[in-house]
Amino acid sequence: MLADMARGFLDGAAPVTKLRELRDAGQTHDAALWKEMADMGWAGVLVPEEAGGSDMGFAAANVIAQEMGKTLAVSPFLSSAVIAATALRQMSDARAMVALGKIASGEATYALAVDEGVKFDPDATQMEAKADGNGFRLSGKKQFVVDGALADRLLVLARTAEGLTLFDIPADRAGITREASNMIDARDAARITFENVEATGEDVLGAVDSAMEVLKPALAAGQAALAAEMTGLAAGAFDMTVGYLKERKQFGVEIGRFQALQHRAAHLWCEIEVTASAILNAGRMLDEEPDNAEMAVSLAKARATNTAILAVQEGVQMHGGIGMTDAFDMGFYMKRARVSAEWLGDYSYHAEKVAAARGF
Amino acid sequence: MTANTLDAFRAELRAWLEENCPEEMRDGLMAEEGICWGGKDWVFTSEAQKLWLERCAAKGYTVPTWPVEYGGAGLNREQEKIFFEERARINARSPLESFGIWMLGPALLHFGTHEQKLHYLPPVARGEVRWCQGYSEPGAGSDLANVQTHGEDKGDHWLVNGQKIWTSYADKADWIFALVRTDRDAPKHKGISFLLCDMDQAGVETRPIKMISGISPFCETFFTDAVIPKEQIVGEENKGWDVAKYLLTHEREMISGGGAGLSGGGRALGAVLADTMDVLDANTRADAMRCEVDALAIGLTLERYKDQAEAGQGAGDASAMLKYMGTELNKQRHELMMNAGGSDALEWDGPLGNRAGDWLRTKANSIEGGTSEVMLSIVSRRVLGLPG
Repeated sequence: MLADMARGFLDGAAPVTKLRELRDAGQTHDAALWKEMADMGWAGVLVPEEAGGSDMGFAAANVIAQEMGKTLAVSPFLSSAVIAATALRQMSDARAMVALGKIASGEATYALAVDEGVKFDPDATQMEAKADGNGFRLSGKKQFVVDGALADRLLVLARTAEGLTLFDIPADRAGITREASNMIDARDAARITFENVEATGEDVLGAVDSAMEVLKPALAAGQAALAAEMTGLAAGAFDMTVGYLKERKQFGVEIGRFQALQHRAAHLWCEIEVTASAILNAGRMLDEEPDNAEMAVSLAKARATNTAILAVQEGVQMHGGIGMTDAFDMGFYMKRARVSAEWLGDYSYHAEKVAAARGF
Repeated sequence: MTANTLDAFRAELRAWLEENCPEEMRDGLMAEEGICWGGKDWVFTSEAQKLWLERCAAKGYTVPTWPVEYGGAGLNREQEKIFFEERARINARSPLESFGIWMLGPALLHFGTHEQKLHYLPPVARGEVRWCQGYSEPGAGSDLANVQTHGEDKGDHWLVNGQKIWTSYADKADWIFALVRTDRDAPKHKGISFLLCDMDQAGVETRPIKMISGISPFCETFFTDAVIPKEQIVGEENKGWDVAKYLLTHEREMISGGGAGLSGGGRALGAVLADTMDVLDANTRADAMRCEVDALAIGLTLERYKDQAEAGQGAGDASAMLKYMGTELNKQRHELMMNAGGSDALEWDGPLGNRAGDWLRTKANSIEGGTSEVMLSIVSRRVLGLPG
């Protein structure tokens, strides 16, 4: 039911043409659209009701993300409504409740600044948060900060004396320089430089040297929702492709009559159907057994990554030359799939997690 | 069913298993040498195997989801999950496997009369009668409905002549369920009946076929003036294709799940490979990880479809997807196991037992019960609606 409602809204308010318009106008954010999503309770999907959210749970967040993936809807949903909200809701203090309220209303957006190299690897974080009086001084560089050029606040992972610490700071604090990345998917991402940026104890999310206690659940929620979005993306690309097979004629017949193409399409459908099971499982595990959800989440992200990549490749191949043109939408799907494949851990990263959980 | 009731069921079942499963039956052996097939001529491999079958049969645990009056335990889907979890927990062998359980049971439960169910199912559940499946013919493989075996109407019985092929374990079976053409004038799919035939008669002969795996699980089965009484029909005359299609769905789910070792209790592939390789080389490890990721996701899909079936939404044509994905994966898994086994895997009954035979056997997975190509065509036409 949530899926039907979301699809109805997105088909009207955020079709792929909307992404095209934004790109052509050099924009990476649609403030009016995000406001509408917030009004529907999507921005607060993981925000407790007492903080003003709709608190629908992780499975519901996945459903919304999956529908967004089908039309490549542009929004800070994953960064703010899923990742930041999940991190903040681990806190019970009044400040966190206020912050969560602002996420739910759409008033504040967040971005997660973790990556420093070309691959997702939080444990390898080098960026330093040096103790300074009662607070810290942050210096270093982050890259591929998704939604980072326009976000109001940043969740920054940095190394402290005894481990990693997560900071929640406004993006316009002195010493922060943001350089918008010109991304292939036409979405917001940034390279961010921190020069002696001041942070107080109040800016620390969770405990000093214990970032993962807060960050791990947030990453898991983000990875699962991203996997859901990618599965929606695969389904969107697939639907376009099957539609094309039914109408495009060559040699006097619909090309969907050719067994070579039928079997490619059927195989792709099988892969999407299997991946959808992994997505459902991840949402269920996050809601019901969050402490044991790690393998389910990695399974979902690993499967979704391969499935989305396959779907867009098959999409272009079966569309032929038209699939290679910018005027046609398939290219948007292909580029977003590649960016999503990389974000929050690629196939190998998550397959390794699954393998470790399975004892090898 | 409330959580409390399910917890109580689990506790009771756990205690029963602890008390009743003989120690020798707790080695989790799923390979051929560990299977009890039952039947009139079955020779138990041990006293424990016999005891385990009898104890399970008395509780209905050989066919846990069948109704109690037909020899089952009447478990619902949630209880069934718990049943197999608990059985796997103590690594217990399955007490009985058979085509009677997998195929005849579902067919009769769906299409049979109450009298037929009462007559045929309890002996299956107790492992007293062993069944085999007579579907394929030399001229009817992927084109399964091209059945030529003919049943001539003789009033109170059919006189059957023809040949079946790939009848698994026909040489050891007591009865066969077969697709027989009972109307030669009707269109291909409309003149077939689903008949039950006692193989203990002069008109039925079997001949094993030696396979590349070195064993002969498959047979040719010949009908020469075999007699099948009229009451031994499942469903209506000339409507056997409906029964056959229904059963194929079951068969596909079974091959996809069972074949890929996804139905619980299976060891992680990486662990199996580590038995023979101290350190997995990078290629093997990458392939194994991909297989493991896919196996887990396919297993979840199998469970999802079972849940849907319980909720009344049949998976139907989507079972073709499971069959295709599960069997193709299983072939890859066995290639990896051969690879990890190295030269030890290359001997018949060598240090790794029957690993080579098992590997060769999997090559049939994507052929039997409908080839991978037939599965993809089913998905393409019936699920995607592409023009045929």
